[in-house]
Amino acid sequence: MAQAVAVTPPVAPRRRQARRWSGWGFVGPFMAVFALVFLAPIIYSIWLSVFRTQLVGGTTFVGLENYQRALQDDQFWSALGRVSAFLVVQVPIMLGIALLVALAIDSGRLYGRDFFRISIFLPYAVPAVVATLMWGFMYGTRFGLVGNINDALGVSLPNPLSPDLVLAAIGNIVTWEFVGYNMLIFYAALRTVPTSLYEAAEIDGAGQWQVIRAIKIPAIRGALVIATIFSIIGSFQLFNEPSILQALAPNAITTYFTPNLYAYSLSFSGQQYNYSATVAIIMGLLTMAIAYVVQLRGMRKEA
Amino acid sequence: MTRTTRRTTRGAALRGTAVVGALALTLTACGGGEGDADPEAAAEEGGELTVWAWDPTVEPIAEAYMEANPDVTIEIVNAGTGNDQYTALQNAIAAGSGVPDLAQVEYYALPQFSIGEALTDLSDLGATELDGAFTPGPWTAVSQGEGIYGLPLDSGPMALFYNAAVFDEHGVEVPTTWDEYVEAARALHQADPAVSITNDTGDAGFTTSMIWQAGGNPYTVDGTDVTIDFSDEGSQAFAETWQQLVDEELVAPISSWSDEWYQGLGNGTIATLTIGAWMPGNFESGVPDASGDWRVAPMPQWSEGEQATAENGGSAMSVLESGENDNAALAYDFLEFAANGDGVQIRLDGGGFPATTADLESEEFLEREYEYFGGQKINEVLAQSAADVVEGWQYLPFQVYANSIFNDTVGQAYVSGTPLTDGLASWQEASIAYGNDQGFTVD
Repeated sequence: MAQAVAVTPPVAPRRRQARRWSGWGFVGPFMAVFALVFLAPIIYSIWLSVFRTQLVGGTTFVGLENYQRALQDDQFWSALGRVSAFLVVQVPIMLGIALLVALAIDSGRLYGRDFFRISIFLPYAVPAVVATLMWGFMYGTRFGLVGNINDALGVSLPNPLSPDLVLAAIGNIVTWEFVGYNMLIFYAALRTVPTSLYEAAEIDGAGQWQVIRAIKIPAIRGALVIATIFSIIGSFQLFNEPSILQALAPNAITTYFTPNLYAYSLSFSGQQYNYSATVAIIMGLLTMAIAYVVQLRGMRKEA
Repeated sequence: MTRTTRRTTRGAALRGTAVVGALALTLTACGGGEGDADPEAAAEEGGELTVWAWDPTVEPIAEAYMEANPDVTIEIVNAGTGNDQYTALQNAIAAGSGVPDLAQVEYYALPQFSIGEALTDLSDLGATELDGAFTPGPWTAVSQGEGIYGLPLDSGPMALFYNAAVFDEHGVEVPTTWDEYVEAARALHQADPAVSITNDTGDAGFTTSMIWQAGGNPYTVDGTDVTIDFSDEGSQAFAETWQQLVDEELVAPISSWSDEWYQGLGNGTIATLTIGAWMPGNFESGVPDASGDWRVAPMPQWSEGEQATAENGGSAMSVLESGENDNAALAYDFLEFAANGDGVQIRLDGGGFPATTADLESEEFLEREYEYFGGQKINEVLAQSAADVVEGWQYLPFQVYANSIFNDTVGQAYVSGTPLTDGLASWQEASIAYGNDQGFTVD
């Protein structure tokens, strides 16, 4: 007994140590890739954001000066304001339409359901760049679709690419692109609702409207939250559409139209990599914060 | 030799980032060392070169050069057009690796690279002897202070391209002054509301060229001391005239190079273009429908009877300081071949407009009749324009960035009630802020 007690201690730590290493062996490859493709770029951006490189004078360490500058930068705030307005208006419209379509398809009362589903989803399969080019041509008031309508009907529609309307025009493109994608998320969630619930509702004499309100919407709350978070991230990262339309409407879409476009212009035409990294980091933090708040709210309601 | 040069160049680059003044000295020292190298001997010895260019005629020029110098291998890389390439180049220079030996650089972007000490001074390699071989506009653009930082590949002296069919149809005279131009714009618009005298949605290159022709000097650059002032007479003359066209909606709100633009040039709704002499090739390939309709006239003048023009676009090719193969002598030999040797004819055959005086004065060039332009000898007009370019124009050492924010500032005049002068003022302000931020002394 005494012997056994004396022997045990030296063995136990050795075994624990061996276990620790073999664990790392399994996690290692993942950790290496994770560090390389996730952590390194973030750390590099943070590293960049505390320096300043000048065409004359080279690189100097400036601490948080770039952050200070961003917080006082009118162009940055106007870009943020623009995507926030976009978020508040476009996202509810897009998700509303997507939900409506998903419920319609799920209702089983739709004639040609599969065709309907595919055609709504199809725009999502069109690359955003191509979609924007296509819409850009349609928006043309001289030779585009808008121009043709003006000529044919003798009306004069406002130019969708004018500074006042261009954000709405972009909202339209994004809605067209992503209704199908969100519809699919909602529809997939709806398919997981057990049919026994519907039968029970029918026995209780509930109408379609009541079924939607009491069963379907609560059942897909998780999917709604996810879709909302994706859309928030998408809005804050708005880049492709304005970047491509810029060639057609250079005066309506400024180089600081959205935060991402601003960061892009700063680094690619201004060589202000450091400040650009700062803008990107601030946007990343803001997006995270807002997405987190939405998630918290969504989950609390569920509970 | 190669080793020592490389070390000196690297050293120069390092020191250069610290003190600009000291760099001037190192560059001279550096140049002295390279001066011993004879470009022709280097070509005989052979070697490799990497060239970044987007111009399609550079490839056949390189082939011709390699045929003449079998021991030389040249790799042509298309690293993007204009701004895309400058970004890649700037990145390569910052990283200190993958820098090409030669790169195509537009005139307006050249100061940005020469001030960044990225370009080799070609004076000691033989470029000083080429003074007079090129027209004044491009030559001024590649000469900065004492140094020569590239050789002109082509040039873009401006002229008035006009759709003669449209002018004839409405009985409007082709304008010779900018006042007449505004009158013509009104007359054409009155005759047919679908016709605009030209298109414009705010173009930095066009605006600066117009101010250049008007005798304006908004940019003065002396090393890192920069002055930006759009209140001079030339700038104001342009703003005043152009404001009338914008206010009366006489310019079509179509961006150049868009599909609508090509359509407008083809169907007669855009009646004129004031643009560089490199345009004919684009007309032939991009607007085939309007063949025979267009003609070329001298650029309208700010005062009657004058003969002033400006440059619009055009590129030089420069030798990079920290080029991969570090063989400035060989790089220069190829550059001279491309810019002033057999390469010129290859570029001419490819539709380019030369910057070399010999070609501009040659009978064959001047007498050539262009079917697209109704048999007109357009080179007579264009070559005259090259000789009439107003001297003394300077671009900013950060013109690439300044141009990128043109539509944020001046462009607003085209879509809102902001006057052009206010737009120019805010462009000035934003450019000054950027310049100071980048370590220049700007006011």
